[in-house]
Amino acid sequence: MTEYVSTTPGLFPLPDWAKDDLSDLKGHQKHDLISGDEGEEITAAYEQAREEVIEVQHEAGLDRISEGQLRWDDMLAHPLAVHDAVDTRGIVRYYDNNNFYRDPVVTDDLDFSGDVAGELETASELADGDLQAVLPGPYSLFDLSTDEYYGTDEEFLAAVGEFLAGEVEAFPEHETLFLLEPSLVTDAPEDGLDELASETIDTVAASTDAEVVVHTYWGALTEKVHAHLLDAGVDAIGYDFVTNQEDNLYNINEYGSTDSVALGLVDGQNTLVEDPEAVRDRTEWVFDQLPVTEFETVYLSTNTETFYLPVNKFEEKLAALAEAAALAEVTPA
Amino acid sequence: MSDDNKQQFRPDDHPNDHFLLTTVVGSYPKPKWLNRAKELYQDPEHDFSEDHWQEATDDASRLITNEHERAGLDVVVDGEMRRTEMVEYFAHRIDGYEFNGPIKVWGHNYFDKPSVVSEVEYDETWLVEEYKFTAAAADRPVKVPITGPYTLANWSFNEAYDDEEALAYDLADLVNEEINKLVDAGARYIQIDEPALATTPRDHAIVGGCLERIVDGLPDDVRTGLHVCYGDYSRIYPEILEFPVDEFDLELANGDYDQLDVFKDPAFTKDLALGVVDAHIAKIDSVEQIERNILKGLEVVPPEQLVISPDCGLKLLPREIAYGKMANMVEAARNVEAKLDAGEIDIGAPAPSAD
Repeated sequence: MTEYVSTTPGLFPLPDWAKDDLSDLKGHQKHDLISGDEGEEITAAYEQAREEVIEVQHEAGLDRISEGQLRWDDMLAHPLAVHDAVDTRGIVRYYDNNNFYRDPVVTDDLDFSGDVAGELETASELADGDLQAVLPGPYSLFDLSTDEYYGTDEEFLAAVGEFLAGEVEAFPEHETLFLLEPSLVTDAPEDGLDELASETIDTVAASTDAEVVVHTYWGALTEKVHAHLLDAGVDAIGYDFVTNQEDNLYNINEYGSTDSVALGLVDGQNTLVEDPEAVRDRTEWVFDQLPVTEFETVYLSTNTETFYLPVNKFEEKLAALAEAAALAEVTPA
Repeated sequence: MSDDNKQQFRPDDHPNDHFLLTTVVGSYPKPKWLNRAKELYQDPEHDFSEDHWQEATDDASRLITNEHERAGLDVVVDGEMRRTEMVEYFAHRIDGYEFNGPIKVWGHNYFDKPSVVSEVEYDETWLVEEYKFTAAAADRPVKVPITGPYTLANWSFNEAYDDEEALAYDLADLVNEEINKLVDAGARYIQIDEPALATTPRDHAIVGGCLERIVDGLPDDVRTGLHVCYGDYSRIYPEILEFPVDEFDLELANGDYDQLDVFKDPAFTKDLALGVVDAHIAKIDSVEQIERNILKGLEVVPPEQLVISPDCGLKLLPREIAYGKMANMVEAARNVEAKLDAGEIDIGAPAPSAD
């Protein structure tokens, strides 16, 4: 019997009051972005906002509760942007979006940070045992940053993997770990690096007992990258069915998938709110196209992070996901 | 493009034989008192009325138009004193848009990204009143900057159309309607702003299709320009030369002209409105430096095809810096014209074609 789990890839929009308050407390320029050693007032504002978005997820009825990654000014580059061995330099474009982050330049050994573990500690109790941790996958974090220390792509990528594994080991207990790997789609690793990308994902996944989902988006993986990813010891691969159905179905049909899967069925970058029945129907439609008899767990999610959305639509999308998962549970595919 | 189209903006008392038209991209720092007036206007506790706000924006528009004239610009704008953000302002005036709240651009910089929830339709005019007021306040010709349909589509959520292309084309028809009204009101210089093109260069064909719709039915003596900024121009050049506009207004000083060679081959067949001052460095560029920048433009086009402008809107600068940049820019252009008259400058660019 397949279990349907409603969740998100995290990186939520800040509540509107927190947008205002934190603008005032922090400022608007490059050097005003999160440093990792912010003072009491800023910490308090984030704590209040975190409590609020956890409550929003409980009210929506989501099965996994994310901390929200509200402090991640630099989006997926955050874990390096606040690291002591990293200089943040110019503002650069975040994938193909009208969003920007600080270029993190690694200038020293990437040792343990504990920044993300600290966030999860504060969320742990409020999540009521349903805590989901979120991190950039090692390849995406490697792809978003600049190396001035390790020298080769291979060494740098491996170091990013070791760094993330060390961070995960410090996490409080969590049910699920989402590793976000859009770069595997948008800037697919070339020969040699593709295998290493999967190995470093394996390294990170091995550092937790939780279910590990490697979530990909903004298209489909190339056949080769998908095949390598299946060799990593992860519980589920996430597929973006909003951006590209055809190639994702092809990959699964041709090469199979993990025992569990995540389906990005709700659009994280458009305000049009999906109808829960339609999401459930789309889930069934996807499974009708596949020869696989049954998945252990199916995670229903937005395809991308959700900070692109205004708060009201973000909340409506969470509710739609939770209801779709409940409906799918009643009438399994 | 035809030099006549540019010569219509030549002042009667222009001091040199050569004419390098000087203008600005559009936005300009708002006077501090206008921002204060806006706070009062938006404060429900305060009795600062609609009429008070109208008076304040009228005063600001007059003031900044005059400031542009004082700097010596040949073609002026009012610094967009009545406008908010470049997408929001228009979306508020178009049927089919709704607003749901601010979204993040970077750090703690947000904008009210609107959603298109039904077919877009023309309602009230967008810029006709702004143009009429500015033209009446100005002694010089007035340019009208208007956000292009591709950017209006790309920087909105699309809930209603099958794809962004269909939305952009519908918006282009609305822009065409507005521009026709502006032309009826006397406007002769229209600048379409399409910054989104720099971020999605694969879509240049859609922007071309939009421009065909925009210029449909416009008289030949109406000068049209396209402003594109902050992107990799090699990804859209030479394709943009096919666009039906007279002039391209490009940001090049910011990168210290590292992209200049892109425009040398094939030859630049339109007018080049060259960015000669950086809009994001709060320091007044010297006249000598700007003269050197202008000469960069002459490596791409002959003087007949060259227009002088800042890289982008100046609204993020302190006001006295913005003014200093404009005044020095005009002085530099007049100096280069005089040197061209005296035959002291070798022009690197090929001579204008016969047509």
